[in-house]
Amino acid sequence: MAHTETHTSHDYLNHQKGLWSWLTTIDHKRIGIMYMIVILFFFLIGGIFALLIRLELFTAGPTLGIDPGTYNRLMTFHGAIMVFMVIVPGIPSIFGNFLIPIMLGAKDVAFPRLNLFSWYVFMTGAIIAFASLFFGGADTGWTFYTPYSIRQPNGVIFVVLGAFTMGMASILTGLNFIVTVHKLRAPGQTMTRIPLFVWATYATAIIQVLATPVLGITLLLLIAEKTLGVGIFDPALGGDPVLFQHFFWFYSHPAVYIMVLPAMGIISELIATYSKKTVFGYTAIAYSSLAIAAVSFIVWGHHMFVSSQSEFAGIMFSIITMLVGVPTAIKLFNWIATMYMGSIKLDAPMLFAIGFMFLFTIGGLTGVWLATLGMDVHFHDTYFVVAHFHYVMVGGTLMAFTGGIFYWFPKMFGKICKDSIARVSWVFIFTGFNVTFFPQFILGAMGMPRRYFDYLPQYESLNQVSTVGSWLIGFGFLIALYAIIDGLLRGEKASNNPWGGTTLEWLATSPPHHENFEKTPVVSVGPYEYR
Amino acid sequence: MSTVKTESHFHHAHHFDSAEHQYSSAKQGIWLFMVTEILMFGGLFVAYLIYKSLYAPVFHVGSSYLDVKMGTINTFLLITSSFTMALGIYFNQKNERKKAVISLALTILCAIGFMTVKFFEYNHKIHLGLVPGKYFNNPEFVQKVADFATNMQATSSSYQEIDIAALKKIAPLYFGFYFVMTGLHGFHVIIGACLIFWVMIRTAKGDFGSEYYTPVEGVGLFWHIVDLIWIYLFPLLYLVG
Amino acid sequence: MYSWLNINLANTFMPVEGTELAGNVDNLYIFLLISSLISFIILIGGMTAFIVKYKRRSANDKTAYITHNNLLEFLWSFIPFVIMMVIFYWGKLIYDDYRTPPENAEEIHVTGRQWVWRFTYKNGYAFSTKPANAAMLNVPLNRPIKLVMTSGDVLHSFFIPGFRNKQDVVPGRYTYLWFKATKLGQFQVFCTEYCGLEHSNMPATVNVMPEAEYDTWVRAYVPEASGGGLADKGKEIFTERGCTACHSVNGTRIVGPTMKGLSGSKREFADGSSAVADDAYLRESILNSGAKIVKDYPAAMPIFKGQIEEEDVSALIDYIKSLK
Repeated sequence: MAHTETHTSHDYLNHQKGLWSWLTTIDHKRIGIMYMIVILFFFLIGGIFALLIRLELFTAGPTLGIDPGTYNRLMTFHGAIMVFMVIVPGIPSIFGNFLIPIMLGAKDVAFPRLNLFSWYVFMTGAIIAFASLFFGGADTGWTFYTPYSIRQPNGVIFVVLGAFTMGMASILTGLNFIVTVHKLRAPGQTMTRIPLFVWATYATAIIQVLATPVLGITLLLLIAEKTLGVGIFDPALGGDPVLFQHFFWFYSHPAVYIMVLPAMGIISELIATYSKKTVFGYTAIAYSSLAIAAVSFIVWGHHMFVSSQSEFAGIMFSIITMLVGVPTAIKLFNWIATMYMGSIKLDAPMLFAIGFMFLFTIGGLTGVWLATLGMDVHFHDTYFVVAHFHYVMVGGTLMAFTGGIFYWFPKMFGKICKDSIARVSWVFIFTGFNVTFFPQFILGAMGMPRRYFDYLPQYESLNQVSTVGSWLIGFGFLIALYAIIDGLLRGEKASNNPWGGTTLEWLATSPPHHENFEKTPVVSVGPYEYR
Repeated sequence: MSTVKTESHFHHAHHFDSAEHQYSSAKQGIWLFMVTEILMFGGLFVAYLIYKSLYAPVFHVGSSYLDVKMGTINTFLLITSSFTMALGIYFNQKNERKKAVISLALTILCAIGFMTVKFFEYNHKIHLGLVPGKYFNNPEFVQKVADFATNMQATSSSYQEIDIAALKKIAPLYFGFYFVMTGLHGFHVIIGACLIFWVMIRTAKGDFGSEYYTPVEGVGLFWHIVDLIWIYLFPLLYLVG
Repeated sequence: MYSWLNINLANTFMPVEGTELAGNVDNLYIFLLISSLISFIILIGGMTAFIVKYKRRSANDKTAYITHNNLLEFLWSFIPFVIMMVIFYWGKLIYDDYRTPPENAEEIHVTGRQWVWRFTYKNGYAFSTKPANAAMLNVPLNRPIKLVMTSGDVLHSFFIPGFRNKQDVVPGRYTYLWFKATKLGQFQVFCTEYCGLEHSNMPATVNVMPEAEYDTWVRAYVPEASGGGLADKGKEIFTERGCTACHSVNGTRIVGPTMKGLSGSKREFADGSSAVADDAYLRESILNSGAKIVKDYPAAMPIFKGQIEEEDVSALIDYIKSLK
């Protein structure tokens, strides 16, 4: 079968039409867009649950007229949706899928049909998880600690099974990316010439492939425990509930780096383009991603300092966790050094990158506090921890995600979003975020425990401030959504390279040809040659 | 001798530079997938080893309830099937379609044999009430564990710490592990057999030959890992006593 | 000066320190706060300065081509590493203190259950934190106390913010937490490991009293002679097992139905069926509460099958029947 002539007018959006062509596509760009649509939808649901939680917490005592059982389900679903349906898959499945082949000068990922299959596996997992709502839902928290999760009704099994299935999608995506990066680079593109976003997603893919199977077996064992009463985690049957925590965090700690590494990859791209300067310390940033991935596997016990694990284990995990802070700090320093003597333009994507630097620094520094044994005893399981992880996951990953959307929007859709609207959304998101979560550090210091439906009156005023902040964030994301829709409907046509980027995707048309490039590019320089 | 119909028709996917490019990429992908399978079973093995070190008498007595003869037959069946699977790949590489189909069919037969033996083993245990936790019903087993531990206490100083009551409570966990580990493995045997059936049909249709046999090799790799996991399961469960 | 800074800043956000260990924790806290603030100012201040100074002037700006600097790379890896090792070690020293109770610490047993704490002193005095009453965990000033804790059902955690101290309470094993109170007064206790419906309503209070007062209180307690009847035993179990957290005996509604007048009454269930509360019903409701849920009540009662002895179930039934 001979190849048909490539048609220059056929970008990937118009190459084939109709819903069926999308649902059966094996084009990595279309699959990336499909992930974007469903993940943004899941983000909306998880976000609404967050707003409801904060509304309930507006006053001490019941506020919304819901009972604690409903609140606990909201809390669980907010966590499970955000972790498994938004932040873990978000950047890799959307931006990784869309961009990696183009950034490598390739026509597609290594296994395009597997890519489509992954999307269906992901959707199946999400549907299974939501199905639990018909069986009583789950109120265990997204961490499913035993023996509580064993004793609760069967709705828990659906959420657990859904998470298992979505984990499979994560593994297949990671596998696809690793082989793509190894095998499909354009001629002349050595590993030292690929963009830092690819390095970051590559390190993430390694974690996805190695860590997620352990979550898989943990969740399977939990289901076996609930259905057969095996006795591995349930103390009533002689099992060990803390063993569950070890198994669970063995995946879930590396998982938080699955959440943040790709975001850091986006920041590298944004800072380079909007400083119009080559990235400072390319090698250091690339290797730091691999170092973070490696060390992330041996720190899981820092979630368990007061769980009754041994003191020796506590000491080991604390000291190694301090180690993982070093490669993380290296990235921050290198990004700021990139900005030195650059030519900085504060378009919306750059604002989101700067927001990331500000918020992730706070999140990362407070992580060091929590890694400190003598400090964590007080802060563990309080709102301090809640503030810390929201700073890194929302202030970090979600900021980078939103910046990435505005940055690559012209490439994906051939149109430009109005920068002014996007910047307004940033103001609300950035301000709202701090108003929501900074008081939570203080609430934690004051002793307010997490996962609390009700709290003592002395915590009320800070809770109210926090709730008001949540409205600002919500409003900010609505404005961002408006900017996106306005861009889709009325956006100005985009050129190939509206921002002056130097990575390969800016050579392709906006939107790209369905095979990315008409002629495979040949690479002879590094990815950030601003000279 | 039939020639593979794809000899002149085989065309690699458009995003690869050559057939060799596609082949080596596919192999890398399948190896990565096997790494994830090993890690998943690895987690199970870790849990097993932890409990075995904590409650040794339970695992010692438990393994005596497993039929080593049947386990050996199963081991023999799987090793044979790995050999016939390798033959299936080899004959495909050599364009010997009929022999390839026969080898693959034999592999499936071995798998069916394996599952049949498993069926009898499981049946026997269910009959005796030697099943995971909730449904466990064999006080004799629990008593044997207690007796074994009491004996060890009398004869060995390192066993003084053992809590007999805790041992009795946790005794059914042995069969929890047995069924989960062999069950998950058996599930993979079934999946593997279905995959082998699929490549066997495609072999018969002439889809493969010396130019292209990647799916056969991929399925073969999957099958070898399934075999490998059993090679670890068998001694751990059946022979440790 | 450091301690002044400490007390003022710490008390702004942290609860009043009730032990010397809490004071040490707060010193570390202030160090972390100040060093984080300095790091933040250097990083973000630097970034802000660059944003202002290197603002883009035209679309044709040319920037310096600086790819890396190995000395800088080393410095900003090594210096944070050293600082973090110092922080680690300081934290470890405090942690050692947390985990090393003095030999002469007085033990008090704690059992956490959904959703009540039960404390048992060496002299036999025992009390539960529910039904709501003024019972507090009395402890003496300046003497080490070791709480030996276990759970009767799921994970809980015993958190005393004023002492900067917490420890998970795990079913199937004993965990401990020790403190030496150096301030008189009452200190809040929270459960801080998610444990279900009433997780946020499982408080307790530590009451630090002068040593002499504590000793007098301890000597004054004489264990009650245990009643003879099964119903009396049932009453003890009803409190000990935490039933009082959700069920009253005087007609009021807490979380579940009151026990007063329950035995022999007609029960309407959520699925529309009904039954008379005879012995079999009482037994089933204790062991497998999910089988029949009374209309308009939540399905929140834990499953006790496998967790309670037969004779205790009989005693409970006898007690419930005595509550007319």
